[in-house]
Amino acid sequence: MHLEYTVVEGDFVNAGSASSSIKKTLKQLSVNPSIVKRVVVALYEAEVNAIAHAYGGVVTADIDAGKILIRVIDKGPGIPDIDWAMQEGHSTASPEVRNMGFGAGMGLPNIKKNVDRLNVQSTVGVGTTVEMEVNLS
Amino acid sequence: MSFFHALQINENVCEGCSHCMRVCPTEAIRVRDGKAHINENRCIDCGNCFIACPHKAVFVKQDDFEEIFKFPCRVALVPAVFLGQFKDEISVSRIYAILNEIGFQHVIETEITVPIYTEAKNRLEREGNNKPLISSYCPAIVRLIQVKFPGLVENIMPVKAPLDITAMYIRRKLVKDGWPEDQIGVFYVTPCAAKIAAVKSPVGEEKSSVDGVINMDSLYNRVYKKIKEQGHDYKEVKLPIAQLTSDSILTSLTNGERRLSIAEHSLSIDGMDNCIEFLEKVENEEIEGVDFLELRACDQSCPGGILTYNNRFLTCERMFNRARYVAGKERRGEMTRADEVEEERQYLLDNISVDEVEPRSISLDPDISKALEKMNKIKELERKLPQIDCGICGAPSCDALAEDIVCNGCKLSDCIFVQRNMEANKDMKVEESLKIMEDIWGYEKIISFVKKKNNEI
Repeated sequence: MHLEYTVVEGDFVNAGSASSSIKKTLKQLSVNPSIVKRVVVALYEAEVNAIAHAYGGVVTADIDAGKILIRVIDKGPGIPDIDWAMQEGHSTASPEVRNMGFGAGMGLPNIKKNVDRLNVQSTVGVGTTVEMEVNLS
Repeated sequence: MSFFHALQINENVCEGCSHCMRVCPTEAIRVRDGKAHINENRCIDCGNCFIACPHKAVFVKQDDFEEIFKFPCRVALVPAVFLGQFKDEISVSRIYAILNEIGFQHVIETEITVPIYTEAKNRLEREGNNKPLISSYCPAIVRLIQVKFPGLVENIMPVKAPLDITAMYIRRKLVKDGWPEDQIGVFYVTPCAAKIAAVKSPVGEEKSSVDGVINMDSLYNRVYKKIKEQGHDYKEVKLPIAQLTSDSILTSLTNGERRLSIAEHSLSIDGMDNCIEFLEKVENEEIEGVDFLELRACDQSCPGGILTYNNRFLTCERMFNRARYVAGKERRGEMTRADEVEEERQYLLDNISVDEVEPRSISLDPDISKALEKMNKIKELERKLPQIDCGICGAPSCDALAEDIVCNGCKLSDCIFVQRNMEANKDMKVEESLKIMEDIWGYEKIISFVKKKNNEI
C-alpha cells in the first residue's frame, strides 16, 4: 500500500497530519500498538523537521505485510554534517522556531531511537531525504 | 468474543430513522430492514444513541427490581448523583427512609471510599509510569480507549472505580456482621449504561462485587411516587454516622478527581467528542507534559448520565451546595470521620488493583497481509463513493460502507449515487434499485414514500 502527504513549510499547526493518518491505517491493520507508537513518534518528529528546517516536503509511506517504509523528502537547505545532526542537542533551528518549543536538537536522535533502519541523505542547497523503516511484526 | 451491552434496540419501536447511526462515536450502528442494529464488538455503551433516538427505541436493559428479594440482606449502593436528583427540601434522611421502605435494609453512598480510591490513584501518579495516567473512573472512557485507542490502554490506571471499592467494603462489613456471603445482595443505582456494562462484564477483573444494577430513572420513579403518597406525613431515618466528605461528594462531577490530583499538570475533559479529540492527540504524542487525565464521557460527567432525571446543570448545582455545606462543617470540625471505612483501608488497598486493561480493537483481519489486501480494496472503493456521508446506504459514512462491502457482504450498489449511475447506464432497473432500498430501509418505508402515485404525496 502506498500513501502520500504534503508538508508545508512553517505550518506547525498541521504538523502531525501525516502521522495521524498513517496511525489510523496501521491500527486498522491491527499492528501492535507499541509499534504503531514508534512509527507515529518518528514520523511526527520528521514532519516537524521538514516544517521547521526545510521548505516543506513530501511524505510517502509504503506498507507491506512485514514493514513500513517512510520517506520524508524535502527541498530544504540540506544538512552539512549528518553525523553532527544525529547527536542529541545539536540543532540549527532559528530562534523563532526555538521559541515555538521546537529545535531542541532531539529530532534525528529521537527518530533513530524509534525506527529499525534509518537512512538520511542530504545535499546542501538541494534537500534532504529521511528514509525510515519499521518492522511491523 | 462478544461483550455485555446494556444498550439495546427495541425493534418494535425502532423506525430505522438513523439518528442513532449518525451520533455513534465508534460507528457501531447500521440500518438494515428498516431497523437499527448495534455491532456489539464496537459498542462502548456511551449512550449517544439513547439521547439521539426520537422514538425512545433505544433502551437500557436492567435487572428486574424483584431480583433484590432473592437476597435476605439487601444493599442499595447509591451515587451522590442520585441524591442530587431531588429538590433541596427533600432531605437525604427522608430518601434513605424510603429506600429502606422499598426493600433495602442498607443504603450506602458509592463515594464513601473515594479517599481510598484517591490514595491508590495518587500513588500511581507519584510513580509516574506511562504518562499521562488516565483515570479508570468512567467505564465508557475505558471502553472507548479499548476499542479506539488500543495504544493507550496501558495508560489507564489499573484501579477499581469507587463503586466497586464500596461494594467490596460493604460486603466485607456485612460478612463481619455475620451475614453469609451468598445472602448479601449489593445493587448499584446507575446513572448510565456504561456502568451497567462495567458491572456485567468488568474490565480487568473476573467478577464484580455488585450483584445487580438498578437504573436511576426507574428508582427515581419509585422513590418519587412514595414522596407524593406521603405528602407531609413522612418519617426520616438516622443517617449513618460516616458521611461523605466535601471532596467525595464532588468526585463524580467534572474536575472531581482532578482537584484531588497531586500531579503538576492534570486535565479534566467531559463530553465524548472532546475526549476523542484529546485522545487522538495523546496517541500521536502531540501532547507533552500532562501527568493525569480525568476523562468523562458525558457532558458535566455523571450528572449528565442518560438515566438521570434532573437537568444535569441543576444536579451539579445541588451537589455543589451539598459539598459547600459539608465543607463548612469540616472547617468547624463538626464532621465525623468515616472511621468504619478507614478500618478497612488496608484490606481495600490490597484489593484495589485490576489486571491491565486489554485492547479490544477492531481489525480488518488478524493476518496482516490479508488485512492489507482488504484495506487496498477499501481504499479503492472509497474513491468510487461520493464521500458525502449521506447515510442512505444504511452505514454512517462512505468509508464505513467501503469497509462493510469488503468485510460484511454489503454491495457497492447500496450507494444511491452508484444506483443512479447504473440506472443511467441501463445496468440496473428501477425495480432493482427499489429492492435495494427496501432491504435497507424496510418494505413499509418504501411503500409509504416511494411507491405512492405522484398525486398522493
